Amino acid sequence: MSRLQVVSGKGGTGKTTVAAALALALATEGKRTLLVEVEGRQGIAQLFETEALPYEERKIAVAPGGGEVYALAIDPELALLDYLQMFYKLGGAGRALKKLGAIDFATTVAPGIRDVLLTGKACEAVRRKDKSGKFAYDYVVMDAPPTGRVTRFLNVNDEVAGLAKIGPIHNQAQAVMRVLKSPETAVHLVTLLEEMPVQETADGIAELRAARLPVGRVIVNMVRPQVLDAADLELVRTVGRSSVAQALSAAGLGGARRGGHAEKLVDPLLRQASEYAERYALEQEQRAVLGELDLPLGELPLLPEGVDLAGLYELATELRKQGLS
Amino acid sequence: MSPDPAEAPETAPEASETAEGPERARGLAPARVLDVDPLLDDPKTRIVVCCGSGGVGKTTTAAALGLRAAERGRKVVVLTIDPARRLAQSMGIDSLDNVPRRVKGTEGDGELHAMMLDMKRTFDEVVEAHADSERAAAILANPFYQSLSAGFAGTQEYMAMEKLGQLRAKDEWDLIVVDTPPSRSALDFLDAPKRLGSFLDGRLIRLLTAPAKLGGRAGMAFLNVGMSMMTGTLGKLLGGQLLKDVQTFVAAMDTTFGGFRTRADATYKLLQAPGTAFLVVAAPERDALREAAYFVERLDAERMPLVGLVLNRVHASGADGLSAERALAAAENLEDPRIVDQGGGKAGLRNSPDTYGSSQSPASSPAAEAASGTPASEEGSPADAERPVDRLTVGLLRLHADRMQLLARERRTRGRFTARHPEVAVVEVPALPGDVHDLTGLRDIGTRLAAGARGTEGER
Repeated sequence: MSRLQVVSGKGGTGKTTVAAALALALATEGKRTLLVEVEGRQGIAQLFETEALPYEERKIAVAPGGGEVYALAIDPELALLDYLQMFYKLGGAGRALKKLGAIDFATTVAPGIRDVLLTGKACEAVRRKDKSGKFAYDYVVMDAPPTGRVTRFLNVNDEVAGLAKIGPIHNQAQAVMRVLKSPETAVHLVTLLEEMPVQETADGIAELRAARLPVGRVIVNMVRPQVLDAADLELVRTVGRSSVAQALSAAGLGGARRGGHAEKLVDPLLRQASEYAERYALEQEQRAVLGELDLPLGELPLLPEGVDLAGLYELATELRKQGLS
Repeated sequence: MSPDPAEAPETAPEASETAEGPERARGLAPARVLDVDPLLDDPKTRIVVCCGSGGVGKTTTAAALGLRAAERGRKVVVLTIDPARRLAQSMGIDSLDNVPRRVKGTEGDGELHAMMLDMKRTFDEVVEAHADSERAAAILANPFYQSLSAGFAGTQEYMAMEKLGQLRAKDEWDLIVVDTPPSRSALDFLDAPKRLGSFLDGRLIRLLTAPAKLGGRAGMAFLNVGMSMMTGTLGKLLGGQLLKDVQTFVAAMDTTFGGFRTRADATYKLLQAPGTAFLVVAAPERDALREAAYFVERLDAERMPLVGLVLNRVHASGADGLSAERALAAAENLEDPRIVDQGGGKAGLRNSPDTYGSSQSPASSPAAEAASGTPASEEGSPADAERPVDRLTVGLLRLHADRMQLLARERRTRGRFTARHPEVAVVEVPALPGDVHDLTGLRDIGTRLAAGARGTEGER
């Protein structure tokens, strides 16, 4: 199991939720994981129902069996000052740079520096060891930018290493790339069973592979339970309205005759069933597309009441059951 | 450029018109309904900006609005940022590029054009427009510039703004519909010009250009010492080569920055102007609406003219008089007698006969098990015909219960948004079971968008 687990996906597919569930799942049985947020949205804090996370690793959840989940929302500006201090003991110069607007420049205007810092910080956490030589975290899970941007995001250090041909930035960039391109890293893509996210997933995988970044799994999220099976769906098209009306009436929903309560329900209910059938067919098509990607697939159910803390634990259990953690 | 707190943000007239009248909010329904047609028809509306978090149908909404406006007689260009191939295909264009392309097959007198932002191309154009040819060539060849323009984080936002400004300046179109970049933080594109401005005003740029400029000016001597120390530090950090690239780049860009900045400022003001309408797009989900609320607050703070919220993928039911609870109870009614009456067969597979033991004679259980091999044929054809229909009906009722629960959840989520922002006009767009593939699909969405206003009013 790779120690750096990167989770990406098209917007709206629930990648933050999956990343959080994965961090919980990996922490089971006494492990320690770090869940890293890089987009400044405070999505992790909202999921775990805690106050906004500072730029500081703090424990946010306990996993079954005594494991611990830590979380870190990386702030690029603080990460840069951190970095200057750590590598160059440049605390004072850092402040001077800040006054000049250089820090602002570096973290917002200057190309890529922000991404360098974000990936750099995550890789630092992966490699960090405590005094006894043990890894500080068993796993680091990163809630990464969306699929359309993730390859460039992860690959930014490659470009930086090309731009800064020598010097400490060059060395740092190369060190980060060594982690990201090794089996130590796995990039997972979260998708829904819909056309656009599946298409974007396929494109994203091609991009990741072209950049030689290690692709992990595709995780299909928010899978709806099957309510009607193939036989039912066949029947939806051929069934007589009156027999459905009679069945509804027998169920206690009023009169089956024309204008009766039960009879009036038949059309709307059958319409809902054909909508279901249409969506079901689309989902099957998308499953087939995903099947062709030749990657391990995981599947997480749609939580009808939305994701709360309890739901997160439920999803973590599901991930463990499927051997995804 | 900072917003003046004394001046209240203007609300668009299009939205307030529909808010008038006697109809009041029913339950959690929004107090104000957004009607897109007057907005699209108004010749004063020149720019519509669709913003929202990822995956809520922002780009599709932009395209559908563009098509609708075109088919209502306007000359429209849709500028899309997100490279969604499907969308290009749905407009009959294999791939969109940096030049507006006419979309064929639209109805009526208007025109629809579509284009996709090409960051590098746009950046190159800016450079070429603002620098003399020699300087432009130097910039375009600079390795630092090449990485910058190829789409590092942030560049997309600047270039989206730049392109919007260019399109508007040409004055070739009645209406520009733009969807915003899928930014990491909600409104990066609004911050982009300001950041650029503060960077250009900052001392950093002078510092970076210092070695080229600070020749023999005696008065600057003390500064020079500080600066060479700083450039020394930067050199140590970045490596000599990169620093040199950056310095050459900044020096070359120096003269062009002025124009760059003027335009960024102009575009920002353009967005605040009365001809612009911001639409926040969301889906009735917690996260998307939370983002939407944030957008609304940010736009307000920036004095950007928000006209309303487009709520995509809202579910409805033709049988909403039947509650989830009743549907589930009815489904159980339908399942229970069958299990009791028929004993074996399907029921035996699903439930242990013991469950029903109290109401039946003990002998029936073994009998049912024994018969389970051939129960259907012995029970005759009428039961055979009934059973699949019952089973289907149970499924229909379960499906309906799911739908009603979804409806209730969506209503709650929307209610939370409305409570926080009752001033925002909302239009709901019903969910489609499938995806949009062609102009017909986009037109359908446009119709749904416009009907959202009328439909809800009609109900009241």
